[in-house]
Amino acid sequence: MYNFDVEMPTSIADAVAALGKEDAQALGGGQTLIPTLKQRLASPSVLVSLSGISEMQGVCKGDDGKLCVGGATTHATVARDAASSFPGLAGLASHIGDPAVRNRGTIGGSLANNDPSACYPAAALGAGATIVTNDREIAADDFFQGMFTTDLEEGEIITEVRFPIPDASNYQKFLQPASRFALVGVFVAKFSDGVRVAVTGASNDGVFRWSEAEAALSANFSANALDGLTVSGDDMINDLHGTGEYRAHLVGVMTKRAVAAAG
Amino acid sequence: MAQVSMTVNGKAASGDVEGRTLLSSFLRDSLDLTGTHVGCDTSQCGACVVHVNGEAVKACTMLAVEAQGAEVATIEGMANPDGSLNVIQQAFQDHHGLQCGFCTPGMVMSAAALLKENPKPTEAEVREYLEGNICRCTGYHNIVKAIMAASGQDVSSIAAE
Ligand SMILES: Cc1cc2nc3c(=O)[nH]c(=O)nc-3n(C[C@H](O)[C@H](O)[C@H](O)COP(=O)(O)OP(=O)(O)OC[C@H]3O[C@@H](n4cnc5c(N)ncnc54)[C@H](O)[C@@H]3O)c2cc1C
Ligand code: FES
Ligand code: FES
Repeated sequence: MYNFDVEMPTSIADAVAALGKEDAQALGGGQTLIPTLKQRLASPSVLVSLSGISEMQGVCKGDDGKLCVGGATTHATVARDAASSFPGLAGLASHIGDPAVRNRGTIGGSLANNDPSACYPAAALGAGATIVTNDREIAADDFFQGMFTTDLEEGEIITEVRFPIPDASNYQKFLQPASRFALVGVFVAKFSDGVRVAVTGASNDGVFRWSEAEAALSANFSANALDGLTVSGDDMINDLHGTGEYRAHLVGVMTKRAVAAAG
Repeated sequence: MAQVSMTVNGKAASGDVEGRTLLSSFLRDSLDLTGTHVGCDTSQCGACVVHVNGEAVKACTMLAVEAQGAEVATIEGMANPDGSLNVIQQAFQDHHGLQCGFCTPGMVMSAAALLKENPKPTEAEVREYLEGNICRCTGYHNIVKAIMAASGQDVSSIAAE
């Protein structure tokens, strides 16, 4: 690792000011960024740690009935504190990586990174969450812009994520056992006005909504409703862990399992 | 260089570190607490697991400055006050839960975190909790058995010796 300074602001305003410095970068839980720095794939001169900012921590229910998760909230906290209000989200958080990763890694870091195999992007897109930054609110449908790419501007930080709470939801992850990320993961969310289905791990463009499945499930929320529906493997990730065709097949299987588990 | 201070195994510890100094390096190189092992240095193996404010974390994937003011617990602090092995360590010995011993500090620290949060885990829960701790030698069965035994459960039916 090249050396850098570390700042530990205690408010969003101070963090944003610190991120205005040249070559400054936000540090969430460091579970992605520290390994990246070790490989010298990034060389910030200042890291601005978000972990000491209390206004970015924790899970709560907003007046509008939405679940608000602070941008620096760890996966372990979401797994515990969203368990009764939004079990589909808590279940997803409780299977990210391993316990030590969940004690450090944060929702903001995961969404900002937008790894094509990460779990949280599927929940944010699947539930139709709003990503709140120091500057604005971004709908999940506009936030994810392809592998490792988001709508965030330089120095902009995710301060909160607001999730509409579905009537029923579930996330199914086909584990890639070496990385512990998803080989394919599917988040299904049933709302009174329709069903949303978001797929991670599969596409070269990162997380996406499977609209044919959404239409079929909105008419009939059962695994059978998906019989005969397939996605094309042409634009899917093709690597040593699985071909595009294999991933495309898994999308169907994981969606059915998620529907069955959501009940 | 920045000054960092924390409590390690109940004692005050401080030192000068760079921004990039990892908690694992601070423990091993500045405090000479070499029981925290570094196996992969890429957040995969769990040999470096320590507790920070009571939670298991990978010390190779946390900066020393981020532990400013924290309570850190390492394998060196696990023995009973009289120096005898604690119940988890003793169970690893009794059930042959280690061979080369490289992964053992991380295994014991993960096991301690698990049993604090779930005092009577099932075998499946133990295996799932250890997902981030890799052992090159044992094949895991005896590690799982040791942790079940440390939780006071009957282990006679658990597979493989
Ligand atoms: C062994 C292992 C297994 C894992 N398994 C999974 C898995 O199964 N599923 C999964 O989804 N993930 C997995 N991860 C990734 C993990 O969830 C990371 O915690 C996450 O991707 C990044 O979050 P972080 O808080 O650690 O961010 P960091 O590593 O600190 O930062 C990542 C990026 O986001 C930026 N950033 C951080 N916080 C914010 C913020 N609030 N606003 C804007 N930008 C920010 C940083 O500048 C950096 O570019 C795994 C990681 C490891 C090491
Ligand atoms: S050395 Fe930290 S996880 Fe392997
Ligand atoms: S005992 Fe050798 S790595 Fe586990």
